Amino acid sequence: MLDVLGQPVKRHEDDRLVRGRGQYTDDIRLPGMVYAHMVRSPHAHAKIKDVDKSAALALPGVLAVFAGADLKDQVGMIPTAWIPPNADMKMTPHPALAYDTVRYVGDGVAVVIAEDPYTASDAADLVRVTYAPLDAVVHPREATGSGQPLVHPEIADNVAFHWSVGDNLDDVFAAAEVVVRQEFRQQRLIPNAMEPRAAVAQYNPATEELTLWATTQNPHIHRLLMSGILGIPEHRLRVVAIDVGGGFGSKIACYPDEVVVAYAARALGRPVKWTETRQENFLATSHGRDHVHEVEIAGTRTGHIEAIRVKAFSNLGAYLSTAAPGVPTILFGLVVNGAYKIPKASVDVYGVVTHTTPVDAYRGAGRPEATYLIERMVDLYAREIAMDPVHVRELNLIPHDSFPYTNPLGLQYDSGHYQGTLSRALQMVDYPAFRRDQEALRKQGKYIGIGFSTYVEMCGLGPSEVAGAVGFQGGLWESATVRVHPTGKVTVFTGASPHGQGEETTFAQIVSHELGIPVEDIEVVHGDTARIAMGWGTYGSRTTVVGGAALHMATQKIIEKATKIAAHKLEVSELDVTFEAGQFGVAGVPDQGVTFQSVALDAYLAWNLPEGIEPALEATAFYNPKNFTYPFGAHVAVVSVDASTGDVELLRYIAVDDVGNIINPMIVEGQIHGGLVQGIGQALYEGAEFDDRGQLVTGSFLDYAMPKARFFPRFETDHTVTPSPHNPLGVKGVGETGAIASTPAVVNAVMDALAPLGIRDIAMPLTPQRVWDAIQREGGI
Amino acid sequence: MENQRMEVTIEVNGNSVMRNIEPRVLLVHFLRDELGLTGTHIGCDTSQCGSCTVLIDGEAVKSCTVLAVQTTGQSVTTVEGLEVDALHPIQAAFKEKHGLQCGFCTPGVMITAVEFLKHNPNPTESEIREGLDGVLCRCTGYETIVRSIQYAASLMVEKESDRKEEVV
Repeated sequence: MLDVLGQPVKRHEDDRLVRGRGQYTDDIRLPGMVYAHMVRSPHAHAKIKDVDKSAALALPGVLAVFAGADLKDQVGMIPTAWIPPNADMKMTPHPALAYDTVRYVGDGVAVVIAEDPYTASDAADLVRVTYAPLDAVVHPREATGSGQPLVHPEIADNVAFHWSVGDNLDDVFAAAEVVVRQEFRQQRLIPNAMEPRAAVAQYNPATEELTLWATTQNPHIHRLLMSGILGIPEHRLRVVAIDVGGGFGSKIACYPDEVVVAYAARALGRPVKWTETRQENFLATSHGRDHVHEVEIAGTRTGHIEAIRVKAFSNLGAYLSTAAPGVPTILFGLVVNGAYKIPKASVDVYGVVTHTTPVDAYRGAGRPEATYLIERMVDLYAREIAMDPVHVRELNLIPHDSFPYTNPLGLQYDSGHYQGTLSRALQMVDYPAFRRDQEALRKQGKYIGIGFSTYVEMCGLGPSEVAGAVGFQGGLWESATVRVHPTGKVTVFTGASPHGQGEETTFAQIVSHELGIPVEDIEVVHGDTARIAMGWGTYGSRTTVVGGAALHMATQKIIEKATKIAAHKLEVSELDVTFEAGQFGVAGVPDQGVTFQSVALDAYLAWNLPEGIEPALEATAFYNPKNFTYPFGAHVAVVSVDASTGDVELLRYIAVDDVGNIINPMIVEGQIHGGLVQGIGQALYEGAEFDDRGQLVTGSFLDYAMPKARFFPRFETDHTVTPSPHNPLGVKGVGETGAIASTPAVVNAVMDALAPLGIRDIAMPLTPQRVWDAIQREGGI
Repeated sequence: MENQRMEVTIEVNGNSVMRNIEPRVLLVHFLRDELGLTGTHIGCDTSQCGSCTVLIDGEAVKSCTVLAVQTTGQSVTTVEGLEVDALHPIQAAFKEKHGLQCGFCTPGVMITAVEFLKHNPNPTESEIREGLDGVLCRCTGYETIVRSIQYAASLMVEKESDRKEEVV
């Protein structure tokens, strides 16, 4: 049998998904099911004066209308589950439905439950809410000024926390030969997973159990949090997420809508379904990014970077979402030195509340923001000292003999060969040839540019001790159970919760490799708290790194027990038993042996087991990682800019990544592609905008530019392999690298193209209008 | 509302179905909620995403923009109707070339591709990218979708030549 580890095995998930047999939350239909529709605030900030339900209740088919006041004493507040230490964090009490004050456009005010979804929608229009509108704040830095409207009266200056790391660097900057300063706007993005959020709740009064099907990346975290909010003990609460149509971080959070649906199902004794519209998704599903960065870098005239200092204002929206405070602090602030041996760093982060949609993790979560600022600053520094940006990178990249490398903020980078990926990328793009072409074209008035991003990121979240130290209110280990059935077929239960990343296949490859059985004999179960004891879900590129390692450990336990049974059957010492390709043999006796499947049957029959061995063949393991993993790579963008229109065309995109060992290269490439399009989308197309009154003016696919197929050239990808030394599979995580690396590569390329015009920065997204405006400001062409 | 109901008879995936429905029911809701054909998905409310694309008399149409009653007497094909005996070449190609990740947009993208290949059986890469203008995918970065459609085109050409050989 072919060893499938490292092979492009076709995905098991696809057999159902290409046939339209996926089981997404909105596909669930239960007998007697009724439908919820939310009534949402049209104001960014207002007092609720009155909620008149009478007209809605009079509509035939309407079962109930619940307003904030009805739920206030029935369910708890939506909690925040990440409390960074030493940041003086203030909580933002978040009711399931607002009862006194609304704090963003889209804040839930009431819910209508009706026999069918059309009636529920009609009735929602009939709920008359009287508001007294108030002034709003939307921009994170401005919101901290005195006299600004307060989002929560108890949070002075709208600063929910202030988190700092690093030393005072005043002396370093005062003495530096070169200091480069720049402000960056890391614009707000809307994750826009193609599947809108949905929830279905069913309460069983006989068992007092509540089942919640939900679009979540982490059903067990949901169960834990919902248990507290709903007052239903954890052992009577089941959260299920079978197929989830993308998340990108936006389905981590515990949302008010899910609480409302669960409450209504119990109150009415009927199963209740709620599915958001895309418009609601734009308004009420968590957003990403939205920072303002003031960055300074100090260095020598000869190209050595000495220090980086960052002041960041992070817009968290109206309430602190589940993981929100960890994103602009731990996941951002600790990696601002990037892949460079910068001796000193200092980071100050203000977590600011505003009258906007809550912001939480979005693909990369903190690391794209950090990577953007350091990669852009390296280019600006190179320009300042008139040195090639590639040469500056080569001078400052952490050398491959320095690993494990402790960065100035205390993280220990596991392994790497950063120059290796850069060299390969330079070779692929043919850098000298590009510079020659660029020079020639400039003489013809044509602007092409090249941009680099030699990134590193931290993922594989993460060691539980670190989780505790940095204020994450959970563990970050992962579980795996391997259940070998009497016929030798295997069911794997994982506490990770993949939703497009393909681990039903990748995990089967790991087990197939280790047990020597066909991938077709292995089923991977995820996303159901009733079938999986505990786990922490899928985010932070952790599923294969942490969940895969747990699976490896559980599989090793299976082999250990099976070896004992095989030795007993073969009447030899355990030490003489070999196990290869699904066959137990005896060292030096080639014709003796038993199959894995026959040992499985023996384990269940238990007619003749060795002394002290329990029947059956099942093992569970819990893997608590020793460190994060640190994927890295070199990305190169080549663009042309039409200086007469400001239009940017991406001509080539080269991505050389090192994500450690690769289990399925087809899936890895797909993860990189998807990340690239999101990262390039941020650079060139995407951006959420609120007006000064807090109205989202990019509230549909008509107004928010989602990347399309025709925007991109064919990507050129390659990889090197530097295994993570502390992960048993040597893997590093790949889900976020593309989104982390690509944004600055593209912006650096555009700035390189426009360098002759004296343009050094343009705020993202680099739309034709913004680029054209910048060209005009510099005197045109 | 009961007296405002209308009777519709539509051929869906080769079977004639008759229902009494509200005239305002969108085709996508009719397919999903009345017929339980949940392979057709709803990804937006402004006809941009294409997740709900179905074939109506062979033409790709976003089923969120059509009233079910408008399709009376017409033939509708959803993702569930693509497979006849074996996977449709587009389905086989999406699996072979990793044209999907979360799978949510996939039914609409595959249906769009089926119609596209009918009009352009041997497309270039850039023609495929243009042809995907009516659909959004957030997972794949589109490149593997492009490869899937190219591969499906080659499978369909093979199938066509097999058929011709049989006829000869």
